[in-house]
Amino acid sequence: MKIFPRLIMVAAALLLLLVFVFPIWQITLLAPQYPDGVTLYIWVDKLTGSEPGTLQNINILNHYVGMKMIEPDSIPELQYFPKIIYGMIGLGLLIALIGKRHLYYVWSLILGVLGILGLYDFYLWEYDYGHNLSPTAPIKVPGMAYQPPLFGEKMLLNFTAQSYPEMATYVFGIAIFMGYLAFRFSRKKSLA
Amino acid sequence: MKTFLNSFLALSLLTLVSCGGSGNQKSSAVNASAAEKAYVAPGELDEYYGFMSGGFSGQLAVYGLPSGRLLRVIPVFSVDAEKGYGFNEETKPMLNTSFGFVPWDDAHHPELSQTNGETDGRWIFINGNNTPRIARIDLSIFETTEIIEIPNSGGNHSSPFTTENTEYVVAGTRFAVPYPQKDMPINEYKGNFKGALTFIKVQPDTGRMNVEFQVLMPGFNYDLAHSGKGKSNGWTFFTTYNTEESNSLLEVNASQNDKDFIAAVNWKKAEEYLAAGKYKEIPTSYAHNVYDEKSHIATSETIKTVKVLIPEECPGLVYFLPTPKSPHGVDVDPTGEYIIGNGKLSTDLTVHSFTKVLKAIEDENFDGEAYGIPILNMEAIVGGVVKDAGLGPLHTEFDERGNGYTSFFISSEVVKWKVGTWEILDRAPTYYSIGHLMIPGGDSQKPEGKYLVALNKITKDRYLPTGPELTQSAQLFDISGDKMELLLDFPTIGEPHYAQGIAADKIISKSVKYFPLDENTHPFVTKKESEAKVVREGSNVHVYMTTIRSHFAPDNIEGIKVGDKVYFHITNLEQDWDVPHGFSVMGANNAELLIMPGQTETLLWEPKTEGVFPFYCTDFCSALHQEMQGYLRVSAKNASVPLKWSLGE
Repeated sequence: MKIFPRLIMVAAALLLLLVFVFPIWQITLLAPQYPDGVTLYIWVDKLTGSEPGTLQNINILNHYVGMKMIEPDSIPELQYFPKIIYGMIGLGLLIALIGKRHLYYVWSLILGVLGILGLYDFYLWEYDYGHNLSPTAPIKVPGMAYQPPLFGEKMLLNFTAQSYPEMATYVFGIAIFMGYLAFRFSRKKSLA
Repeated sequence: MKTFLNSFLALSLLTLVSCGGSGNQKSSAVNASAAEKAYVAPGELDEYYGFMSGGFSGQLAVYGLPSGRLLRVIPVFSVDAEKGYGFNEETKPMLNTSFGFVPWDDAHHPELSQTNGETDGRWIFINGNNTPRIARIDLSIFETTEIIEIPNSGGNHSSPFTTENTEYVVAGTRFAVPYPQKDMPINEYKGNFKGALTFIKVQPDTGRMNVEFQVLMPGFNYDLAHSGKGKSNGWTFFTTYNTEESNSLLEVNASQNDKDFIAAVNWKKAEEYLAAGKYKEIPTSYAHNVYDEKSHIATSETIKTVKVLIPEECPGLVYFLPTPKSPHGVDVDPTGEYIIGNGKLSTDLTVHSFTKVLKAIEDENFDGEAYGIPILNMEAIVGGVVKDAGLGPLHTEFDERGNGYTSFFISSEVVKWKVGTWEILDRAPTYYSIGHLMIPGGDSQKPEGKYLVALNKITKDRYLPTGPELTQSAQLFDISGDKMELLLDFPTIGEPHYAQGIAADKIISKSVKYFPLDENTHPFVTKKESEAKVVREGSNVHVYMTTIRSHFAPDNIEGIKVGDKVYFHITNLEQDWDVPHGFSVMGANNAELLIMPGQTETLLWEPKTEGVFPFYCTDFCSALHQEMQGYLRVSAKNASVPLKWSLGE
């Protein structure tokens, strides 16, 4: 059994710890009277902002058009997503111990599927916040929804909403790729 | 830009044509490129902050330079209904004195704090002349955070003028008074009235002030001051007038002596005398008011004693430098060598050499003494004279190229001269009757000689007339070249006596955007809307209210009774830049509240009749600002309406 692919697998698993150090995604709202923008960072286990008061400030803006309050305590994903990450780290370490070639591939595949599911879940939340509007909202614009884009830029009334991945997404991608590398390097015959 | 210049040119021509024949050519003094130099485009920031005293408004005005745009008026010594200053419960103690609540003063000389002889942008101090006080303004929040009363004084004019590391700010009494105060005939002034020079110690980390000691001086009038710097660090110089010690018709009687004095006080020597216990602890009473930036509450303390040094008992503490004709400003050049006496009834500027002063002291080259204080021989200490410079010199500031700039009130001009050769290099007229002038850092060791601001007492025909009371004004000059060039006129609040300027980047980075709510320690803070409540304690009703865009919580209150004292303790829950909320209630006998994000302020309201009374937000906060309102139900004294509060029911 080759040691090198195992090391890659261990590194890939441990790399996932960085998911707790960096945010996954950011949504920035831009308008002339917000010269610095208002940026919300989405982490695997929390929501933060460019300022300590960002979440409150976004909620204040949102309430005028009847959007729900964004309350981290009411988002269960922030509770169980970290557990999934820890699970994937444990699984990665276990697979490195076993050292079976196809398991590296399976690990990458699971991580990839989890990533896609995570993005889909994020989309569902965005859809819910953007469409599930209070009937008593002070500002009602017929036909208007306030769902921010999953990726890219979109005008929402007077705000430009930008949505882009942050460092933890790249960490996630690199971990998937490293799992795949472990799979490749553990081939019986050298590629060269 | 081009259109702007063209229209400016057209305007200048028009003005010239319309003034033709009257001989009034004042606009020709400004050429079109001047407009460009003072022009700060929309959205661009000024290069300097200019702090100009509000004079008899009691406040401090903040301008951007070179644009001359008024950015803010900081309430200091006078109540300000707009900001609730002196009206809300939190700031009332700021204006407490040994005479009780004093809602006005005459604010004269702003002075920036310095580190190593350079302005540091931490605090700005300003003196109150009428009821002697010094205030400290925190430049991270642009609020007055401390006011200390000066005991045993009668008009704090020669103040605050910092030392080079803000060890001390000083105060000197303009009016000599009986010491200690007592009932006595006015015409027994001579020899009996005294003038106190006060040194206020400033804590280097917090800026907190305390009266460290007073020097009990003869009953002259102490006009202005500046502390030494560099080689003259350790000394503070005070100008005097009325060394005649007259108590009536001073315009004549105090202008008789050919020479008055600059009093040179060796404060390092004073520290030695203090340490050696050579002081007298004298009973007095003065207020010390401090505003806490976490609780947002000011407290006032009365202090009962002061340490006094008597010059006769402390040799080497004070010397008199004879200086012609009632000197007004006393200014020290950036090297600390030259001490300029601006003899306001003279045509010359007398410049003392600090090196020569030390030599004369060493040689005991004295020309007699006054009340036990040695008078140095004038011939021995004069380092130079700027001859026939103008009429009525008041104040000199410096650039970093070895030039002095002196204001001349009577001849209404600024005169530029060379330090060391004393030759006159340039003169520029001012419109009209300049008092002080200011160059950013111009009284520190690190002047930035790009702009000079003239502070004028009289404007006559310079602006659109506004009835009998006209604006005072400032004029901006470009002094970067050989010749001074007038760029801009702009009106000022009150009367700008003195000013300070500082590079904007020394302040911008420290500027606070809002107060963190979790650091708010106000005893009546409400940190969450769900904690809003109304509590009755006898006839006192405490309303714990919050504001957030765009409502008050609670916004309906019932159960208040005629004769109650209702305290609205309002916390602004916002945590964003530039989102204050206002609070006003019908029939309030005080003012509004203007509450910054994260801050708590309290307004007292005493309902006098039954009824339902509205309250609302006064600061346009949001799209639904107009809806930010509520009602208070006031019932008869003996009514049984229960105390009740709600939001959205």
